[in-house]
Amino acid sequence: MYERLAEFAQTWGLVYFVILFAIVLAYALWPKNKKRFDDASKIPLRED
Amino acid sequence: MSLMNRHAIFEKNSILLTVGILIVVAIGGLIELVPNFYLKSTIEEVEGMRPYTPLELAGRNVYIREGCYNCHSQQIRTLRDEVERYGHYSLAAESMYDHPFQWGSKRTGPDLARVGGKYSDQWHHDHLVDPRSVSPASIMPSYPWLADYEVDPRFIETDLAVNALIGVPYSEEMIENAVADLRAQANPDDDNVDAFLERYPGAQVRSFDGDPRKLTEMDAVIAYLQMLGTLVDFSLYDDQADVNLR
Amino acid sequence: MATSHQAKSFTASEGGVIALLLVCVLFSLLIAAKTHDPTMAFHAWLGLAAAGIGAFAVFNGYFKRTHNVPEEIDGKPNYQMGPVKLATVASVFWGVAGFLVGLIIALQLAWPSLNLDLPWTSFGRLRPLHTSAVIFAFGGNVLLASSFYVVQRTCRARAAGGLWPWFVVWGYNFFIVIAGTGYILGITQSKEYAEPEWYADLWLTVVWVIYLLVFLATLWKRKEPHIYVANWFYLAFIVTIAMLHLVNNATVPVSLTEPKSYIVWSGVQDAMTQWWYGHNAVGFFLTAGFLAIMYYFVPKRAERPVYSYRLSIVHFWSLIFLYIWAGPHHLHYTSTPQWAQTLGMTFSIMLWMPSWGGMINGLMTLSGAWDKLRTDPVLRMLVVSVAFYGMSTFEGPLMSIRAVNSLSHYTDWTIGHVHSGALGWVGFVSFGAIYCLVPWLWNKKQLYSLKLVNWHFWIATIGIVLYITSMWVSGIMQGLMWRAYTSLGFLEYSFIETVEAMHPFYIIRAIGGLLFVIGALIMVYNLWMTVRHGEYAEEEVGHPTAVQPAE
Repeated sequence: MYERLAEFAQTWGLVYFVILFAIVLAYALWPKNKKRFDDASKIPLRED
Repeated sequence: MSLMNRHAIFEKNSILLTVGILIVVAIGGLIELVPNFYLKSTIEEVEGMRPYTPLELAGRNVYIREGCYNCHSQQIRTLRDEVERYGHYSLAAESMYDHPFQWGSKRTGPDLARVGGKYSDQWHHDHLVDPRSVSPASIMPSYPWLADYEVDPRFIETDLAVNALIGVPYSEEMIENAVADLRAQANPDDDNVDAFLERYPGAQVRSFDGDPRKLTEMDAVIAYLQMLGTLVDFSLYDDQADVNLR
Repeated sequence: MATSHQAKSFTASEGGVIALLLVCVLFSLLIAAKTHDPTMAFHAWLGLAAAGIGAFAVFNGYFKRTHNVPEEIDGKPNYQMGPVKLATVASVFWGVAGFLVGLIIALQLAWPSLNLDLPWTSFGRLRPLHTSAVIFAFGGNVLLASSFYVVQRTCRARAAGGLWPWFVVWGYNFFIVIAGTGYILGITQSKEYAEPEWYADLWLTVVWVIYLLVFLATLWKRKEPHIYVANWFYLAFIVTIAMLHLVNNATVPVSLTEPKSYIVWSGVQDAMTQWWYGHNAVGFFLTAGFLAIMYYFVPKRAERPVYSYRLSIVHFWSLIFLYIWAGPHHLHYTSTPQWAQTLGMTFSIMLWMPSWGGMINGLMTLSGAWDKLRTDPVLRMLVVSVAFYGMSTFEGPLMSIRAVNSLSHYTDWTIGHVHSGALGWVGFVSFGAIYCLVPWLWNKKQLYSLKLVNWHFWIATIGIVLYITSMWVSGIMQGLMWRAYTSLGFLEYSFIETVEAMHPFYIIRAIGGLLFVIGALIMVYNLWMTVRHGEYAEEEVGHPTAVQPAE
């Protein structure tokens, strides 16, 4: 039981984490999103 | 119109964000916590573990109330100096009936996982009343009130019943006789001593605070301290099996 | 819509709060009548009084007001700043109280006679009082104040829920009173940073769920298309603390009218659950929540947008994902299975990266404006807090390595590490936020004295340095003494010899704590003078706050 779980975690778990991280990176760095994020970063400064 | 539609999407987004956060933070907890309940190797198989007697449990509750865990650990790590200073490293099985665990996180004072039997009752009594009377450099607070406060037997039966409900193997008989057992353990002349010892084989019976007429919190705490780490029979435990891979 | 200004009606939130308070009255009466425990009876009477006063205040507010509170006034959001003010005042009060108790217990370790031989003043009961007072009372109120402020300003909408934000702040502070008086009187479940017993936990759950709903509902009302990143961190803090709280406090009470309960987890599983909770109280209460403060107050005070919004997204998701795994590093070499220890260590080390990503993001926000550090001590406090964050998030992964941990664990090194984060990061970022908030909230041009902020900054900084250096030395020394062997192969020191060796460092630590308290008292004076004697800000300049509804 322990060995099977450990083997699964050390292979598919790693792949899963890498994919997740890649998705977050892609979302954050996607060129199309740049303008949106630049706007968002100014929210605190743009108060009425 | 269109404004309403956009608004609806935003609402969904913040819910999406909440759900996303929940999923992301749940993963680590699930993977680290859940297997501990299902992997058999988590808790070693040992000889000698039994639930706390009512008096020990009452003492444990005083230990918790006074916050002893803030300065004393009950967990001997698998390091050479610790094993030499305190005794055999702690096993998972030794705290399997502990609700809650008392491993602690700081050793302002020494580890207590195997303090049972290391000092006399009289030493513990004097040490709790005035630590500096037996250990001049000690920085422990004094606990003189323990010798005065009597143990309240009102809820000890329910204490055992609740522990049984959450998995501690107290029998019906143990629960029914909780109050009698509470008194018997601190008074060797009590009529119930034999029945008590049948329910809790090997338990220590004596007046722990030196006064058999009064059942004080001092009795309870010393009874608890004197049994800590003494239950498992290490002559029957195979160190090399090392099942949970410590 | 326009006519709603004039109308006056008993609102749903007023009715809801009254109904909830009535339920509290019933429960309090029941407990007060049936319990055998004097402390629980005391708590029940407190609950009764608080619920009664609360209900009176709601009715009083209803009869006194002439119309319903408008959402907007002259096209501008009518921000609800009352609860923010209350939480700010509470945070300052609890902060000073919590620091003082910390100083007292530091002195007790140097001179044990200060325990006074009384149950209510002994170290074992005061230490949880200190930790809860600084983390949950001080830190918690800073988070309540700043989150209600930030979510309204960045959404450009009045807080949702009418009276419920008030309920959240009062209810949370009532929880603090119950928890704190409980510790002193001997009511604790002994789980570190989760000591309150089941009935206090239950009450906190009610307050927390309403907090989450108010926060979410305010987000739903927002006029900005984007949810600003600070709110993400607040949301993660609220949601995760709810999850941790529920799982780590799963207890069965002995009776519904008695304080004692038993946790359903035991031994190894309880240890794992506790440190999963404990380390994420650090990760989500003391880190995510205060990072939200960093992401709003640093840009605001520096008057420039955050260095990289993209980095903040990566920072957010990787931080919350990794943090939750770190707990088992509190259990190295114990009877916890080694696979769990290894996982905990691995993720703790990885955690270094998002932590420093966040730190860089905060610090680099100053790029091109570094000169402000010379002229604005409030900004300096905020920036130095981020630097302390960087330092303790480097030290943390280091200490999570098994070999290092074998030396550091159970010693004062851990205490020093915690305080470099708590005093340097959480303390300073909170002080910075409070120094910003008070003039904004009370509509003042500026603080009474920037010079005093400067004094606070330097005195507290010297205090922190004394604190953490003395704890490094004493911790590492004690760890080394425990494992020292003579040439004959015997342990060189008895335990009590290692205790004696700590004495001078406990005194230095207490001096450091004293300086930190003095700094906080200077802040109290400065804030008091700002509110009482500060010059009013002109309308529309800087931060017009809680605009009064037009008559």
